[in-house]
Amino acid sequence: MTTTITVAATPLARLALARADDALILGHRLSEWCGHAPILEEDLSLANIALDLIGQARSLYTLAGAVTGHTEDQLAYLRDERQFSNLLLVEQPNGDFALTIARLFLYSAYIDPYWRALGATDSALSDIAAKAEKESGYHLRHSAEWLIRLGDGTEESHRRAQSALDRLFPFTAEMFDPLPDDVAIDPADWTAEVDTILTHATLTRPSPAWQHNGGRAGRHTEHLGHLLAEMQHLQRTHPGATW
Amino acid sequence: MYSQGLNQSDPSSAHTSPEAARFQARIDAEDKIEPNDWMPEAYRRTLIRQISQHAHSEIVGMLPEGNWITRAPSLRRKAALLAKVQDEGGHGLYLYAAAETLGASREELVDQLLAGKAKYSSIFNYPTLTWADIGAIGWLVDGAAIMNQIPLCRCSFGPYARAMIRVCKEESFHQRQGYEIMLTLCRGTPAQKAMAQDALDRWWWPCLMMFGPPDSASQHSDTSMQWKIKRFTNDGLRQKFIDATVPQGLHLGLAFPDPDMRQNAATGHWEHGAIDWDEFKRVVAGGGFCAAERLEARRKAHDAGAWVRDAAAAHAAKRAARQAANPRIAA
Repeated sequence: MTTTITVAATPLARLALARADDALILGHRLSEWCGHAPILEEDLSLANIALDLIGQARSLYTLAGAVTGHTEDQLAYLRDERQFSNLLLVEQPNGDFALTIARLFLYSAYIDPYWRALGATDSALSDIAAKAEKESGYHLRHSAEWLIRLGDGTEESHRRAQSALDRLFPFTAEMFDPLPDDVAIDPADWTAEVDTILTHATLTRPSPAWQHNGGRAGRHTEHLGHLLAEMQHLQRTHPGATW
Repeated sequence: MYSQGLNQSDPSSAHTSPEAARFQARIDAEDKIEPNDWMPEAYRRTLIRQISQHAHSEIVGMLPEGNWITRAPSLRRKAALLAKVQDEGGHGLYLYAAAETLGASREELVDQLLAGKAKYSSIFNYPTLTWADIGAIGWLVDGAAIMNQIPLCRCSFGPYARAMIRVCKEESFHQRQGYEIMLTLCRGTPAQKAMAQDALDRWWWPCLMMFGPPDSASQHSDTSMQWKIKRFTNDGLRQKFIDATVPQGLHLGLAFPDPDMRQNAATGHWEHGAIDWDEFKRVVAGGGFCAAERLEARRKAHDAGAWVRDAAAAHAAKRAARQAANPRIAA
């Protein structure tokens, strides 16, 4: 009976899994807000975005699974922490609403042009990218609008938004680490997009002294293990069961 | 999802004015009453209370099911559950908007909930302990809600009736989804089947209580019936639910936790044993197992979100001021 799987990493599988893990982990984090958001409209929006991301993850796992011989659920529920290759940024705990919004914004400002660029290639991921781009465009707009509200809101919201950016910026360079057979996004374009929004938000782009990476190689922050323990517990407790 | 508020219409409905007579004549003719139409104050108050309790139930109802979003056992189930809980939030929003047409603001209604002054359906004060509870809630709780809500699609107050049409479509989908979870569990491993049985054992009686006290003890149905806010009695709806649900449970191969349950050969109805109305009264009075934590969770989200709502308001004010100062810029 399958309990833990190991994945033979072809370049395509590695790429699809990395993107799938990003989407699943961020989707999972956003789903934690459901029922606890600052206003009802955000309960709905964050759940909506989480659903988009989980949907993207499912398509990408299915694609990776066709290469590795696994189902989407085996890839999501039966890999250990060290096999997950998501960005450290997306596994960071929700924190307050400012941190959640800043995390979504920093990621969306990267992934939106990424999906657009990938959708224009003849990669095996192009179809998924073309669909994901429509969603990420909305995620970027939604998070940017909130970041502006928070930055240009009250003294407290400004302080919280700035502190969220300071906290998360050391995890942003990892987004530009190359994956096999992938399209590259110019960090300068990302920085320009971020700067435009931060100017409207009256926030300052942090210049952290160092950047962290390791997520793509399965070296995560301590937070991911807890997330996976919670997410995977039923599949692990009842090996081989159908749900 | 639920409308126990149906049992609490305002009894002070004596009305003899010409407007009141015209109002009742319209209702008798199955006309819809719209927000700007004349209506007796008691009708307005009854509807505000009922619709807001219904909205609160949707919002509090997000919590027991939300409890399993992060632990859903497959990606398909995770997406479906998240979408379902999101639907409940959408119902809440919709219903608060319907209440607003009667002159009650969402803020005011939410404050009543957070202050512990407003009620919500008793069912959400029970805990969700296993994944099977998510199946049981969809199958039974949403099933019971549909029984209550289908008649509300013909409610005399237009905005509420129209909201219910949409809500019922989604609830009916949730109910089928819940039943499908139960079916999968019952066809699964012995541990999964035991999980399904345990969920039925725990949820069955509280679901029967969702229809409210027996007709013999329900005091306020008459006015609501006369106003066509309510169209069937508690016992009538409860019976419809049992008759629809028992064959479904037997098809799953599950046993109902009621040794006295039997089908009446003459009427075809499934008859149930005695309901523990003391438990119902305790839960409605605030003594539900999870009552304290449900309210605590809502208050926590509300309080923790205050700075966000303040920020949004402050930013909107700044934008408006910038635009007023220079109408040619897009703030």
